[in-house]
Amino acid sequence: MTLLWQLFISFLNIGLFSVGGGYAAIPLIQEQAVSLHGWLSLEEFTDLITIAEMTPGPIAVNSATFVGIRLAGIPGAVVATLGCILPSCVIVLLLAWLYYRYKSLSLLQDMLSCLRPTVVALIASAGLMILLLVVFAGEAITIHTVRWAGTALFAAALFALRKWKPSPILVMSLCGAAGILLHIINAGLM
Amino acid sequence: MERPNKKPYAKLFLSTLTLSAFTFGGGFVIVSLMKKKFVDELHWIDDDDMLNLIAIAQASPGAIAVNGSILVGYRIAGFWGAVVSILGTILPPLVIISIISLFYAAFRTNEYVAAALKGMQAGVAAIICDVVLSLGNNVLKTKDWLAIAIIPAAFCAVFFAGVNVVYVIVASALLGAARHWIGRGGQKA
Repeated sequence: MTLLWQLFISFLNIGLFSVGGGYAAIPLIQEQAVSLHGWLSLEEFTDLITIAEMTPGPIAVNSATFVGIRLAGIPGAVVATLGCILPSCVIVLLLAWLYYRYKSLSLLQDMLSCLRPTVVALIASAGLMILLLVVFAGEAITIHTVRWAGTALFAAALFALRKWKPSPILVMSLCGAAGILLHIINAGLM
Repeated sequence: MERPNKKPYAKLFLSTLTLSAFTFGGGFVIVSLMKKKFVDELHWIDDDDMLNLIAIAQASPGAIAVNGSILVGYRIAGFWGAVVSILGTILPPLVIISIISLFYAAFRTNEYVAAALKGMQAGVAAIICDVVLSLGNNVLKTKDWLAIAIIPAAFCAVFFAGVNVVYVIVASALLGAARHWIGRGGQKA
């Protein structure tokens, strides 16, 4: 009971404070599931984002299901998902009502002008945690712990994304294939 | 605009279900597909209205896909319309991720799956980095110095000082509200 309640509250938080689309939820999920409650390791969290990226559906809903089902089975998944969408339901309908009544969103737009850069910074922070995991594999940050293969793959993927704007699914699939290839080459060399 | 005269719950449910089940690539993709479906194909909502609904979906907290489907459902068939389209939107990810997470433990110990996930981690890092560069660039282009200054400030607060993400979000929303009430020094729209 208490675990279900905790899941509900955590994902309510995530739903309530992720402004600006899917990626904005990533730092909040990290805060709740990894830092505060230790429900996932940083490695599992990164897997979760990977899986969420590879499957349809919003990242927040995917994460709620993933964390919920692992902690408390199907009820956990349902409770976490409900928590995650409840703030949307209330706030979206309230804003729609206000909008049709007053036809002005200028306060909202001013708030968004300060929220947008914050969201960029938060996503950058969560992204950097994942990047550190790729480059240093969770070990101390020194030149000796650099994983060159992963780092090169990251650099190549980023270059491709900036230059040709391929779909994220394609990038992930190619990176996955490269990971398997590197593994086979490594195994062959040893 | 030809609003359906009977409340089209079944069609609404099936439309949001298929949109959600087959849309990869985040909220902005799904709202464009929603526009195609509900404006161009079914003529349930007109163009202007849809744009306003999308603006509200983006400005509200939560997933854009969920927000968009609540608004569309509500617009078409009132409260129960909203409920039906939420169900249609969250069922596919709920089912797909449940199935995946049941196999996750078994998957993760397979050496090839682990190797693929390792490679994909690099891909995820690159995608997030790409998103940050694009979004950051948009902020820079506004030449809004307060907004530009917020990026490093918020980053340091979270990454180095370990401030709770929620406080940072609330503080910047309050800052935006303060700016609204104080006025924007001559550049008021």
